Amino acid sequence: MDADLTLDIRNLQTHFTADSGVSKAVDGVSFAVRRNETLAVVGESGSGKSVTSLSAMRLIPTPPGIIAGGEILFRGRDGQVRDLARISERAMRSVRGNEIGMIFQEPMTSLNPVYTVGDQIGEALRYHQGLDRWAARAEALAMLKKVGIPAAERRLDEYPHQMSGGMRQRVMIAMALACRPTLLIADEPTTALDVTIQAQILDLMRRLQEETGTSILFITHNLGVVAEVAHRVVVMYAGRIVEEGDVRSLLKSPKHPYTRGLLACMPHLGQRRGDGGRLYAIPGSVPSPVNRPAGCTFAPRCALAEPACLAAEPVLEPVGPDHSARCRRWRDVQ
Amino acid sequence: MSTDTVTEQPLLSVRNLEKRFPVRGGLLQRPVGWVKAVDDLSFDLKRGEVLGLVGESGSGKTTAGRSILRLIEPTAGSIRFAGQEITGLATAEMRAQRRRMQIVFQDPYASLDPRQRVRDVIGEALVIHNIGSRADRRDRIAALLEKVGLSADAMDRFPHEFSGGQRQRIGIARALAVEPDFIVADEPVSALDVSVQAQVVNLLGDLQRELGLAVLFIAHDLAVVRYISDRVAVMYLGRLMEIAPSDSLYERPRHPYTMALLSAAPDPDPDAPKSRMLLDGDVPSPMNPPSGCVFRTRCPFALPACAEPEARALREVAPGHSVACIRDDVAPAMATGA
Repeated sequence: MDADLTLDIRNLQTHFTADSGVSKAVDGVSFAVRRNETLAVVGESGSGKSVTSLSAMRLIPTPPGIIAGGEILFRGRDGQVRDLARISERAMRSVRGNEIGMIFQEPMTSLNPVYTVGDQIGEALRYHQGLDRWAARAEALAMLKKVGIPAAERRLDEYPHQMSGGMRQRVMIAMALACRPTLLIADEPTTALDVTIQAQILDLMRRLQEETGTSILFITHNLGVVAEVAHRVVVMYAGRIVEEGDVRSLLKSPKHPYTRGLLACMPHLGQRRGDGGRLYAIPGSVPSPVNRPAGCTFAPRCALAEPACLAAEPVLEPVGPDHSARCRRWRDVQ
Repeated sequence: MSTDTVTEQPLLSVRNLEKRFPVRGGLLQRPVGWVKAVDDLSFDLKRGEVLGLVGESGSGKTTAGRSILRLIEPTAGSIRFAGQEITGLATAEMRAQRRRMQIVFQDPYASLDPRQRVRDVIGEALVIHNIGSRADRRDRIAALLEKVGLSADAMDRFPHEFSGGQRQRIGIARALAVEPDFIVADEPVSALDVSVQAQVVNLLGDLQRELGLAVLFIAHDLAVVRYISDRVAVMYLGRLMEIAPSDSLYERPRHPYTMALLSAAPDPDPDAPKSRMLLDGDVPSPMNPPSGCVFRTRCPFALPACAEPEARALREVAPGHSVACIRDDVAPAMATGA
């Protein structure tokens, strides 16, 4: 693993057993998150983006789920590389919430309603860093101030239900960053928030990353949010990576028809319906993870598909510097 | 107060609509206060017109939509629909009117009865309103399904057999079954994936135009709202902040809250200007809203006069463009980048 990588996922396979068969939610996914970098993983429901992040945190419920193959190489604070797919649950517990911080979509379900926010932030510091009660409290206070919570001294002794959604998400961020993780995994952290609050939280995350240099794995379905926070982007569709690249070239000149379609079907603020105008729409819907089409999984919905696309799956090939796409017709994607 | 200058009689006329909810507390669960979820809302909607209603959570937009259909009872104000005041109507009379006013809900998973076949989901309203014979109804349902882009044989299946986008099509077919003049679409695409969202927005737009429907399109996604609406109304903490023709609202917003909303919407274009107007803090508690302009506690341009009751008034600043803000100097300053 390269020295500038924090996380290196190689050929990850995460499967779920259902009545109807084995669902390959994540089917051979490889990507890396560099130091000081925010990598966004984008996709719609069923793309496998959340299962990828849950796998990296080893939070896949087993059964029915299992990490069936691949490596999740993670560089800890001490510089040592471990394969999180292989280490014991006990060892994982000292990584999770400590060297890897986590933020989820709905802060209310991730915070414990019966403890004050000060106790919850302090708990990680006491458990992982062995701080005493008073030191943990002082550190929790400092974190609340850092994430921009007004009247932090008072808020420290409040319970999650006394706070708004935006404040709770700030508490989650304070908690996730309290132990100074080398990697922060944020799974749709602003999806449940209103746009004006989302703008505040994204601004905060950007600022904190500049300060701390933490690598961020940012899971989202929103390409607008990607443009705001990410340095590089991975686009997932039906359990596979279909395109990967630096944020600018991927959003400016997407080379996979799916990415191109996703961008085209989002109306932008300046767009009017006018007379007879229609939004671009991708026909059909995401295939079932149990019964995926052979060949390119996007081919049944793709306007550029040709017989060869259905016969064999294309490889993820380079289409530019730091940009690759899994499409045999990428040269025709305008 | 009224901003209506249309000569044509509006299909829907809402005046000073208010919906208060009691806040209960203490041992006996007595009301200890009131939340005005909708406070003094007035607007008109013409036949065949789409009015977008935007706002963040707690703005009262969903409560407004439901109060207008009397799915929840408004506590004050007037709602005239097709010339008739509907706020006082008894159940039977209201049922007759309701045939002409329908709703499409946000969550296609929660709004369809899982034990009903699609045919019954759509047919129920036909039965209730006594429309058509049994055989007629079958044909009608088949035609409706095809109209929303599903095949007629979908009628014998159950909702769980469909994807989210298909369920939302079923929800639209159900709303259209009784041939309404007016539809409240309450966040109809918010729960859908982006690629499917565009399909449903197109479908709604096509049907709206083809059937000449008046639509109150409630959403928080500003881009979708602009795309589909003729006019847009912005709500904050139960009150109307600004209402204008879409182009006017998006290109020349006059209310600082509208400006903040527009600048907060994330844009996938990496070259889009990132000049952010970041608002401080959170929406205040609706139990104890600020005096005067309810937005003033987060407004970067607030003056002492904004705390006065007069600051609440909606004023017409351009044809059809009304705003509840006393500062006329903000919009020009923002436009020139000063």
